[in-house]
Amino acid sequence: MPDLIEWLVAGLLLTGSLFALIGSFGLFKLPDFYMRLHGPTKATTLGVGALVLGSMLYFSSTGELGLHELLISIFLFMTAPTSASMLAKAAMQLQVRREGRTRGEPWKH
Amino acid sequence: MTTRRRWLPHPWLSLVLLGIWQLLVNQLSVGSLLLGLVLALLIPQLTRRFWPRPPTLYRPLVLARFALRVLGDIVVANVQVARLVLGPNARLRPAFVVYPLELRNEFAISVLANTISLTPGTVSADISDDHACLLIHGLDVPDAQELIDTIKQRYEKPLMEAFECSRP
Repeated sequence: MPDLIEWLVAGLLLTGSLFALIGSFGLFKLPDFYMRLHGPTKATTLGVGALVLGSMLYFSSTGELGLHELLISIFLFMTAPTSASMLAKAAMQLQVRREGRTRGEPWKH
Repeated sequence: MTTRRRWLPHPWLSLVLLGIWQLLVNQLSVGSLLLGLVLALLIPQLTRRFWPRPPTLYRPLVLARFALRVLGDIVVANVQVARLVLGPNARLRPAFVVYPLELRNEFAISVLANTISLTPGTVSADISDDHACLLIHGLDVPDAQELIDTIKQRYEKPLMEAFECSRP
């Protein structure tokens, strides 16, 4: 495997893990439920995206063209927003505590 | 026209299914292509009931450009959110924003809602019962009106163009 590809794959893996880590850190650190929703839906999508890209690059360079990793990111892009919305709806139903300085009101059901 | 409707009720869905099947199999052969074609014809038939009002894609190119823009925005969004997460909590200005929808097609609305969830610091939380507004939660919203305008210009307009261009 050429050096350049090796560096690229390593870079993508590191970037991916970094974003996944930051996303999870957000889950731990942000002050209320609604804000914590943002960590997993964003930082994690790019995290997984970069990991998947690295994997695609690696397997393509070993000779067999591998594109089926793309499916992982496609499914993630379809499911992450849906689950975030379901979680938010459930939180509004339960009237979960929200940070005092939040402007605007959640909807009541 | 009617035969085409009978056998191929959702041509785009069939195309996507064929593409996904090829990715799953991960190699190109006559056998996998044939099986993919059968699935692409069969699944839309079986799931017909789930699509009472199928969206009509008037301008696929506009949608393709929209998809590329969203991909770019996702990367930017991630960097922004990462910075927000790592910064002090006190600097965040969270807000619920009610977003008035202009789109009417259900499929287009769900595409917009998903896009909002995937891009800069916003999650779409709910839709009103009459499908006239979305409720959005933003992680750091300096100005609600500005957020609404950005989403309108950047995402809703191209979707309207792609799906509902017959409407004024």
